[in-house]
Amino acid sequence: MVSPNTPETPGGTASLAAAPQSIHDVVIRLAGNSQDGIQSIGGFLARLAGRSDQDIMTYMTIPSTISGGPSIFQVRMGTGEVLSAGDRADMLVVFYQHSYEAHIGSLRPGGVLIYDADHVKPTEGDNRFTQVAVPITTGTVEAVGGTSKDKGKNIYVLGLIARIFDLDGQKLGALIKERFGGKNEDVVRNAMLAFDAGYAWPQNNLRDLFFRFEAVDRAIAATGRPQVTMDGNMALAYGLIAAGVRHGAGYPITPWSSIMETLRAEFPKYGGLFVQCEDEIAAVSTALGFAFTGRLAVTGSAGPGLSLKMEALGWAVMAEMPIVVVNVQRGGPSTGMPTNVEQSDLLQAIYGSHGDTPRVVLAPRNVEDCFYIAIEAARIAREYSTPVLILTDMGLASRIEAFDEPDLSKLMVDPSPDLSDRGVDFKPYPLDRITRHAPAGSKVGTGKYPTVTGLEHDELGHPTGSPKLHVQMTAKRRNKIKALGASLPAPECVGDEEGDVLLVTWGSNWGPGREALTQVRAAQVKAAHMHLRHVHPLPNGLEETFKRFRKIVVAELNDEGLYGFGQFTMLLRARYANPDIVSVTKTDGLTFKISEIVAGIGRHLGSDVLAASGAANQNSALAKK
Amino acid sequence: MTSALATLPPPAGAPLTKKILTADHPTWCPGCGDFAVLHAFYRTLEKLQYPHEKIVTFAGIGCSSRFPYFVNTHGGHYIHGRALPFATGISLGGDDLHVFVFGGDGDGFSIGGNHLVHTARKNVRLTYVIMDNSVYGLTKKQTSPTSPIGFKTKTDPTGAIDQPINPMRTLINSGATFVARSHATQVNHMVEMMLRAAKHDGFSVVEILSECVEFYEGAFDASIPRKGGTWTLIDEKKNDGTPEDTLRHDTADDIAAFKLAQQAWPGSFGVFYENKNRKTKNALEAELVVKAKERTKNASDLAVLQATFSKMR
Repeated sequence: MVSPNTPETPGGTASLAAAPQSIHDVVIRLAGNSQDGIQSIGGFLARLAGRSDQDIMTYMTIPSTISGGPSIFQVRMGTGEVLSAGDRADMLVVFYQHSYEAHIGSLRPGGVLIYDADHVKPTEGDNRFTQVAVPITTGTVEAVGGTSKDKGKNIYVLGLIARIFDLDGQKLGALIKERFGGKNEDVVRNAMLAFDAGYAWPQNNLRDLFFRFEAVDRAIAATGRPQVTMDGNMALAYGLIAAGVRHGAGYPITPWSSIMETLRAEFPKYGGLFVQCEDEIAAVSTALGFAFTGRLAVTGSAGPGLSLKMEALGWAVMAEMPIVVVNVQRGGPSTGMPTNVEQSDLLQAIYGSHGDTPRVVLAPRNVEDCFYIAIEAARIAREYSTPVLILTDMGLASRIEAFDEPDLSKLMVDPSPDLSDRGVDFKPYPLDRITRHAPAGSKVGTGKYPTVTGLEHDELGHPTGSPKLHVQMTAKRRNKIKALGASLPAPECVGDEEGDVLLVTWGSNWGPGREALTQVRAAQVKAAHMHLRHVHPLPNGLEETFKRFRKIVVAELNDEGLYGFGQFTMLLRARYANPDIVSVTKTDGLTFKISEIVAGIGRHLGSDVLAASGAANQNSALAKK
Repeated sequence: MTSALATLPPPAGAPLTKKILTADHPTWCPGCGDFAVLHAFYRTLEKLQYPHEKIVTFAGIGCSSRFPYFVNTHGGHYIHGRALPFATGISLGGDDLHVFVFGGDGDGFSIGGNHLVHTARKNVRLTYVIMDNSVYGLTKKQTSPTSPIGFKTKTDPTGAIDQPINPMRTLINSGATFVARSHATQVNHMVEMMLRAAKHDGFSVVEILSECVEFYEGAFDASIPRKGGTWTLIDEKKNDGTPEDTLRHDTADDIAAFKLAQQAWPGSFGVFYENKNRKTKNALEAELVVKAKERTKNASDLAVLQATFSKMR
């Protein structure tokens, strides 16, 4: 038990710092109110990790009330690759009594509770945790002084954490100066005062609580590229820019808005523009209008807005007009849980329009992939003249991760529209090849200009009621998407070649799935993990892999539905007619915990070892050895 | 089948004629007012002589929205009521294009009503021709947003009871910068209105009363002289300093335009309102690009994105 306020040894030099305890990774949860700036602590730690050898993943919730109300930020920092936000916290920092009561259950046995002594009274004699009282409010007020009251508590706590985990205080100080540099000098000075006070407090009072991350294996860590730190929505927005997208249109909705805000500010720098429209339907329509002039455009939304765009997306399939549609999934149906994560828009994304509307759906696996999947979506939209939907989610939207800076010089796509003259053989809807529209502004050699249309049409775009042409054109639209499926690489699959269970994930469940696999295999179960970024069309050849496992367990964040299977599971069962494909689903609005996936696999395997997963009860990384 | 000869492109630099601009034969009923609107549009394009590939004819859904199939230009037939936001993308994406949108009263004032208001408010550079027949024709006689009270339809068998839209008032109030009204029986007037609309730098709208002979015969007889009606043209101010000029309509005066719009049926025809001073969204967006490029000192796309990523290290 660490004794808070250990008296300083007078004149003692040996006690300046105890030897730090070495740790691999740590999960820190901070809980307060949304005006406390808790997110910025996470932001600073993430950027620091990006500039160091630590990897990082953060987890943020902001209540849908605009300001006030509880707010948490969870950050997992570690040596090497961090795949998920972590199931439970090793350290909990609480600002208020309500934060303490709401989150103490998330702290692992042996973990460290840091509470603001000015606001919180923890349960006395609770010796499951190391309880540390820190006068966060008075410490900040004393350090900063003046009229700023307790503003700066977040930076005080940042200093505290920096000292406890032996982080690079100088680098953090530099980051704070960068962050507040644009404001007046007082702001920077106050922030540094708060930081220094927080940094000094453990040194004087908490010398036993001292940790250091294990050294990184340089051979593994050295990728030669600097790390960048951002959230999923930013990565997606910048991916679109790299992909040569310069036009877009949208309507505000959580959690999509930050993408449109970024693009509205960024596109003009690249000669483009983003239109804020009167509604979701106008947004998808305006984006299609851009595409009509040869400029591939983006629109986006979250669940309710995607529903509104469905008629227009059906038109885009019929007219074979390319468009990129971002859908940041949140809890549904209806307004649902707008600031929580869910993967329940999958079937809507694939099948939401009326009629037979084959189109493409991709899902990024983490923040870094948000960048790359945007580039792939734009490429597919152009090559196959089709709508492409990107299914990201609330979890990725606001999660901050550090990743290798992309090699932009190799990735940038030329945004120029192809307005070259079309030859005398030009047809807007040829049956024997993929449509290549003649954008408005391009000359057509036949002198016959095309009409793009939502009516069934012949090869020249004339409306037709011919049953034969409807059959042929329906097949044409289907076959080009099948051709894309055949061209896709086999999905990433790690673990055993064959065995008891193949864990299948899509979208943001990649990290928890990968960590779950490690635990399942540690329990002597022969297992593998397959992850799909291309959810529609599916890559070829999955059935061969499926055949080598006794159970195929699909973990997804949606309801088991009337028949006991999640949305992706239903698709896989229908596609492969394999009764061994089963689901682990949940709808609590949170990302998967590793233990939930492991326990779910255990239930399907009938394995007691896995069903009572040890992960949930693991001691804190900070527990006294 | 068309002969090989007919598919030969016109020689380069040849003037755009009705013959070149004619595409599929219209599917409209014999006697439909829309034929005259189509003819007026050909004549308008003949006078404008824009480069062929720069002209766009676009529409939503409805009888009149079949228009693009009958005009040989780049064109599109979109979904019901949403032609304007699509055309907004065309206009802002291809700033050198001449965008003409055609549609009916249901498409424009009912399902697309909100888009009309916002396209007007944003002053997107394009021309919108509303062929108003005061009835849903494609779906065979239901009440439309401009059907007069008492008009019997399949959805109002005892007569329409809802207050109809006043198109001129709605458009002026929404901030459209060119608002005119014409009639399908007056081809020369239609051509004049479409020409002025096309040359207007901003969102220009021409409402054309175009009779549906199948489901609302005689709807606009009150404005057809040969059927005993009155055809009243707006007498526009000439700024010639004469005493009679003070009595003429000032198209820059929105209050005067409102008063014209309040006249009893069948009202006046011509230009109700024209605002030549308000900037288009096209121009305002272009200014944002100029300012942004000044800040980045015209750096290449790669350099701008690289600088952004460097800040996130």
